[in-house]
Amino acid sequence: MSATSPARPATDSSTATFRLKGGLFPMTALELVAWDSQRFLQDLQDKVAEAPAFFRDTPVILDLDGLAESVELPLSELVDLCRRHGLLPVGVRGGSPGREAMAREAGLACLPASRARGARSPREPAGDTAPPETPEAPTPAALESPSPSRVVTTPVRSGQQVYAAGGDLIVLSSVSEGAEVLADGNIHVYGPLRGRALAGVRGDSQARIFCQSLEAELVSIAGDFKLHDDLQGPLWKRPVQISLDAQTLRVEALV
Amino acid sequence: MARIIVVTSGKGGVGKTTTSAAISSGLALRGHKTVVVDFDIGLRNLDIIMNCERRVVYDFVNVINGEANLRQALIKDKRVDNLYILPASQTRDKDALTVEGVEKVLQDLAADGFEYIVCDSPAGIEHGAFMALYFADTAIVVANPEVSSVRDSDRILGILQSKSRRAEQGERVEECLLLTRYNPVRVERGEMLSVEDVEDILATRLLGVIPESESVLKASNQGVPVIHDRESEAGQAYDDAVARLLGEDRDHRFLSLESRGLFKRLFGRK
Repeated sequence: MSATSPARPATDSSTATFRLKGGLFPMTALELVAWDSQRFLQDLQDKVAEAPAFFRDTPVILDLDGLAESVELPLSELVDLCRRHGLLPVGVRGGSPGREAMAREAGLACLPASRARGARSPREPAGDTAPPETPEAPTPAALESPSPSRVVTTPVRSGQQVYAAGGDLIVLSSVSEGAEVLADGNIHVYGPLRGRALAGVRGDSQARIFCQSLEAELVSIAGDFKLHDDLQGPLWKRPVQISLDAQTLRVEALV
Repeated sequence: MARIIVVTSGKGGVGKTTTSAAISSGLALRGHKTVVVDFDIGLRNLDIIMNCERRVVYDFVNVINGEANLRQALIKDKRVDNLYILPASQTRDKDALTVEGVEKVLQDLAADGFEYIVCDSPAGIEHGAFMALYFADTAIVVANPEVSSVRDSDRILGILQSKSRRAEQGERVEECLLLTRYNPVRVERGEMLSVEDVEDILATRLLGVIPESESVLKASNQGVPVIHDRESEAGQAYDDAVARLLGEDRDHRFLSLESRGLFKRLFGRK
């Protein structure tokens, strides 16, 4: 048995090399409505010039829903143009079978087409986000600002979704039932937290959630979550901080 | 400058039309030239509450479509000077309302010298409700003291501050809450949310609390907005709400049935 080597830890089947976790990642969709490589290049350059920070390694979904099937689309050229301007295409949505084949060849994921044009699925509530706070419409100034934190001074209402990309989210008011707040970093809520709070949505397990009154429907850090019923206990409706400790959410009293 | 006030709620049957009728009558009684517009295309009710259902010739949709002008469609209230009603169409549906059409009518009303334009919203958060709130400067969100109504109000407040024109321009719609069908006895028994509960959840300014009252139903059926009933608590509560809407500072009344005087003295500051 002297041949037993420590170089084979794989025999210990209890520690897998990876874990699968669900995540909710906000993503920019590039909706193509027409194709002309010259014009696309021009439009893309204009957009990049408007907000260069936004186009730094930004993952995008290429949405081909609005592009007639008759249009000949050299997908590899489109992907190449995007990459050269800082966009990272990760998937294609709403492509015809032919286009999907091209997408697979280019190493892109094929996502189901969005439902009826103009209709919005209930899981896609971004439309209700207050315009001054909409993540999809960042002003160049906001993007260039040195602090990526986002401060929300008004209540986040049922049906609204607020996302702080690249930083912390600070809500000075309440988060209602049916509202959702997300951040790449930490989330601070100074009113009652009654909705859903998801910190570290891009996988930062060091992210934390702080709130003055824990009444949440769901809290999540880097994909690990706890629901309303699991949060009941002595800390319910108390000021708490929530952190991730060995894949388990830890809720502790503040102060 | 006309002030556009939307009366909205999300949920149906909470008292939007009763409130629209009472508030617009109250504003006119105070001498302000006021028009109340029924946005509930296809489910017209305001004309009945205002007792002018037999005088409807042209309606809101006719005006939008250019089939009639405003003067032909506006109905002058028989009780109060300065008050006009723009009825909804009963035979069309909500798609008859367009942003451009509604904007034109509201602009024409303002140009006509109306100081207050009260928009009576349909229930729901679909097109009709959206049209009613889109141009609002002020929103009166009507809620009943029950959980589902309060949640729907929360939703509509979110829509107001994100999808209205003011929101699109980076401004806020002035919002306030009107709690209707309030029954202090049932609150005490724990069957109804209290004013404090609702204020805590919605975190918005309280415009008024209208007590549950038989006079409201009676007023609706007789076509006399309840604010004219000076004897009733509901009428007085609406009068207070109108005063607050115009910037007056008035104590909230009728929050408790027993020992009302004492209660008012204790909690009158609220």
